[in-house]
Amino acid sequence: MPRFGAGGISSGLNHKPVMNGVQRWENGALKNGMMSEEKVHNGGLYKRPFNEAFEETPMLVAVLTYMGYGILTLFGYLRDFLRTWKIEKCHIATERVEQKDFVPLYQDFENFYTRNLYMRIRDNWNRPVCSVPGERIDVMERFTDDYNWTFKFTGRVIKGVINMGSYNYLGFAQNTGFCADASAKSLNQYGAGMCSTRQEIGNMEKHEELEHLVARFLGVEAAMTYGMGFATNSMNIPALVGKGCLILSDELNHSSLVLGARLSGATIRIFKHNNMQSLEKLLRDAIVQGQPRTHRPWKKILIVVEGIYSMEGSIVRLPEVIALKKKYKAYLYLDEAHSIGALGPNGRGVVDYFGLDPRDVDIMMGTFTKSFGSAGGYIGGSKVLIEYLRAHSHSAAYATSMSLPVVQQIISSMKCIMGEDGTTLGQKRVEQLAENTRYFRRRLTEMGFIIYGNSDSPVVPLMLYMPAKIGAFGREMLKRNIGVVVVGFPATPIIESRARFCVSAAHTKEMLDAALREINEVGDLLQLKYSRHHFVPLLDRPFDETTYEETED
Amino acid sequence: MDVKHIKDYLSWLYYQYLLITCSYVLEPWEQSIFNTLLLTIIAMVIYSSYIFIPIHVRLAVEFFSGIFGGQHESTVALMS
Repeated sequence: MPRFGAGGISSGLNHKPVMNGVQRWENGALKNGMMSEEKVHNGGLYKRPFNEAFEETPMLVAVLTYMGYGILTLFGYLRDFLRTWKIEKCHIATERVEQKDFVPLYQDFENFYTRNLYMRIRDNWNRPVCSVPGERIDVMERFTDDYNWTFKFTGRVIKGVINMGSYNYLGFAQNTGFCADASAKSLNQYGAGMCSTRQEIGNMEKHEELEHLVARFLGVEAAMTYGMGFATNSMNIPALVGKGCLILSDELNHSSLVLGARLSGATIRIFKHNNMQSLEKLLRDAIVQGQPRTHRPWKKILIVVEGIYSMEGSIVRLPEVIALKKKYKAYLYLDEAHSIGALGPNGRGVVDYFGLDPRDVDIMMGTFTKSFGSAGGYIGGSKVLIEYLRAHSHSAAYATSMSLPVVQQIISSMKCIMGEDGTTLGQKRVEQLAENTRYFRRRLTEMGFIIYGNSDSPVVPLMLYMPAKIGAFGREMLKRNIGVVVVGFPATPIIESRARFCVSAAHTKEMLDAALREINEVGDLLQLKYSRHHFVPLLDRPFDETTYEETED
Repeated sequence: MDVKHIKDYLSWLYYQYLLITCSYVLEPWEQSIFNTLLLTIIAMVIYSSYIFIPIHVRLAVEFFSGIFGGQHESTVALMS
């Protein structure tokens, strides 16, 4: 019985970088054969090496991180005490005295984290940018004289900050070039707003053109587009499933999927991140047990996964998910928000990356917000599905239709990726992104940082762990003219704070080198090089002993 | 030159201390409270260990020598 290991096909493992005297396999398994099992051929499901590793948090770092949060929490209580006793001025919203016995409007304790921890390093977020969010951005300088409660502009602009944070994977966030020209032309022709929904007067020829193009791009029968990526998820899942249905959702799914699943009223069960044993166990239990109490069979079972997980940088094990879905006759909802355009030899997302048939995925969802440098989302699938959604989805019936300059930007960039504009520019960008990703990830790993995720994923999380380092990293990087995104709780588990880089095809090698040099310097300054090259492939994370058998069909 | 090196090293060490204890994000008055508390605790630990450890060590030595040492061969022989 072939086991689905985490390691991938062994042909891709000849590359052995040597650092600090520790020889290490590229897939993260230690050389001493401790995890040699992981190099088992994955039952022929994978056509390419699948190198995904999550290094364990060092024990000392975990202890110090908890200690840091402990200290901050104690000081938070002290400050809250001073605020309630009016010893210090209270900047936050409080209940009015006249409404003292009413149901409280401002939950006191729920905002404890925001008030006492987030507020101290708030200057790292919401920085106003005053240029096109391309590979370099201009940031407005601001300062605070009351410890981040208010900000004032100095009037100066920090120019030419290297942007390592935007989801501009293919570099289509531009204010010049053919996409911008086409959008400007479209603006002249149609104006900006549609002032109606798709079902009424807002259905334009460009929308139809876009939907046909998206369907062709994805290789599905039909597609439907929406004006907002988040709403695509949160409004369409309720249209697809309802009471008596079961949603199997990855634990790290995006908030929009979580919201959609909750709105649908279906039962939700969570499986461990990218863990196929966990998913299979849930599927099997769902089929054997049926609905709780009545034991009627579930009406529908919908598996919800993402292509690239935006906080972990991991890629879904799609071949295995599809095998499971076929074996247990479930439906599959694939959110390609980050992966569309950014993965695969032709830039067509995670399905293209694994060389699978798009028809095996029942619902292909994605956004235009990232790789295409525009806004909105789409759903692709069979004609029946799309016709159904057109009639039933809230975001089809109630949302205003997409602005046409935005639509034009998507059409131009998508045609460019497909090579239909007669150039190889799009293809080059896709290849450039893959190259940049590998280079950036390899260099960061060599420097000794803990980097999460798949070696092909353009989302690169660099682990910071300690709360003070979140603030320090963002500030030190901006000081060195690099714009980064730092992430902490609640977007990540409390001890796994991280900085998240998004590699773009627009980054030149010089820019990446400059960024890497500064990251290296800041890494030394802040002591961020935690890696001991001891990797735990995801499947080795403790979980119960259910085995995974290969499908018969 | 060497003095400068040591000074740099000390300031780097202080920076690491700030980061690990999260004093980096505290306001100056909070920082001084935190440092004062930490110093007090450390000073008390050192002082009390200076006072009490020698006494305890001496008592322990006396106790154990009472069990294992101080017995003459003749008494052992008498017992058996």
